[in-house]
Amino acid sequence: MESHRGRIASLEPVTLPLFHPTEDPGPSFASLLRSVGQGPVDLPADASDKLEITHGTTVVAVKYADGVVIAGDRRATSGNLISHRTMKKVFAADRWSGVAIAGAAGPAIEMVKLFQLQLEHYEKVEGHTLSLEGKANQLSGMVRNHLPAAMQGMAVVPIFAGYDRKRDKGRLWAFDVTGGRYEEEDHVVSGSGSLHAGTVIKLGQRAGMTRDEVVELVIQSLFQAADADSATGGPDSMRGIFPIVATITADGFTELAEAEVSERFDAVVDAIAVRHGGSTTSDSVGD
Amino acid sequence: MNMPFYVAPEQLMKDRADYAQKGIARGRSLVAIECADGILICAENPSRNLRKVSEIYDRIAFAGVGKYNEYDQLRIAGVRHADLKGFNYSRDDVDAQALANQYAQILGQVFTHDAKPMEVEILVAEVGTEQSGDRLFHIRYDGSVSDETLVTVLGGDAEAIRGRLDGAVQADMGLGAALRAAIDALAGPDRGLTVDEIEVAVLDRDGDGRRFRRLENGDITSLLA
Repeated sequence: MESHRGRIASLEPVTLPLFHPTEDPGPSFASLLRSVGQGPVDLPADASDKLEITHGTTVVAVKYADGVVIAGDRRATSGNLISHRTMKKVFAADRWSGVAIAGAAGPAIEMVKLFQLQLEHYEKVEGHTLSLEGKANQLSGMVRNHLPAAMQGMAVVPIFAGYDRKRDKGRLWAFDVTGGRYEEEDHVVSGSGSLHAGTVIKLGQRAGMTRDEVVELVIQSLFQAADADSATGGPDSMRGIFPIVATITADGFTELAEAEVSERFDAVVDAIAVRHGGSTTSDSVGD
Repeated sequence: MNMPFYVAPEQLMKDRADYAQKGIARGRSLVAIECADGILICAENPSRNLRKVSEIYDRIAFAGVGKYNEYDQLRIAGVRHADLKGFNYSRDDVDAQALANQYAQILGQVFTHDAKPMEVEILVAEVGTEQSGDRLFHIRYDGSVSDETLVTVLGGDAEAIRGRLDGAVQADMGLGAALRAAIDALAGPDRGLTVDEIEVAVLDRDGDGRRFRRLENGDITSLLA
């Protein structure tokens, strides 16, 4: 009823957003934000030259018979400093899909928040959920819209995985900074440690793997990425910080208990210690 | 110069109220009951697709009776209000009362200023961690709001349904008992309602995140068994 044009993006009192039918933003939350004057803020052309941007690093997703395992380390870096040790990069996008992010941490987390809300908003307005491919497409659009910032050094490159309930199988997507959306058959990786993590997965993945075998492979891949890439965080037994691993199956998105993840990492560390003739007390690794 | 006929404001308001009430009375009613497991909302609705009850946010549900296009427009505005508020502040800051006030403002505004009042009655329900924290805001076509406890009835036949419910409902009821009471009250003494003629949703008291849950035919049958 009232016109919202020209409002400034800020924390403003939220009224009841009613629109004339011809100006209705539909089920898209991003369109709604634009309609109420809270669209994206343009960054100055040389933002990344002036500031140290915090970056998140290695994320992986692997397909298996029951669905998908998606995982990521916890480290965020600014230049060569570790800025956060407990950053979360793996999120449930909704009940049957997950998104993991690599790249500039601030915009990446904002993108995930918007993406989650976009899916929920669509579901509530329309009364049913988007198809899995529709969700991947939405994320692709968000990455594409982020391209100007990516050109200034703030690239965000997510991976998207989910359980397709129409086709009864797990599906995976990789993206590039231009919003390119690539569905992969077996695994996807992103971030600075992706070369090492991807190699481990490529060598270890077989047809018909069980959940335990895939989780083990993902843990190995993250360990090797942390071992070889300084920006990727390994298991931090000292502080009790471990990568996040989740499965997405017909039952939905389930994050693995920290006890299971830490146990598996300890086993990897012990195996290495034995190989080098040392004791089997697991310690902080990854640097 | 043509002068419009003088119409007394009392008459004008009464005509508008009569018009809205008639529109609402044409539709079927719905009830909401606070129970031990959450808030149950049960509507008489033969359609599987044109919903009367829907989700607004984590703990908040919406229900409307009357003209479908009008309450559906309000429902979508409510989802937008809640999602924007949660996005700008936090999920914990989204509450039913602010939304009920917004609805009341809009309905009041439309009632006095627009060409015709909206022929709707709506309910904004919020489930609390305890039953004492439950909120049922009943908003009428003229923007008047009432904050009701334990039960609320929307629709043309509200008086009679409420009368039937009052004896049958008490605090701390289970979901099954509440659903049985709701169906019996909606049906009345002279007829029965099958699962295909009702729409049922629950705001669960326990759990994380989004508590709104639709009950499908199978769920309803097993609850009533």
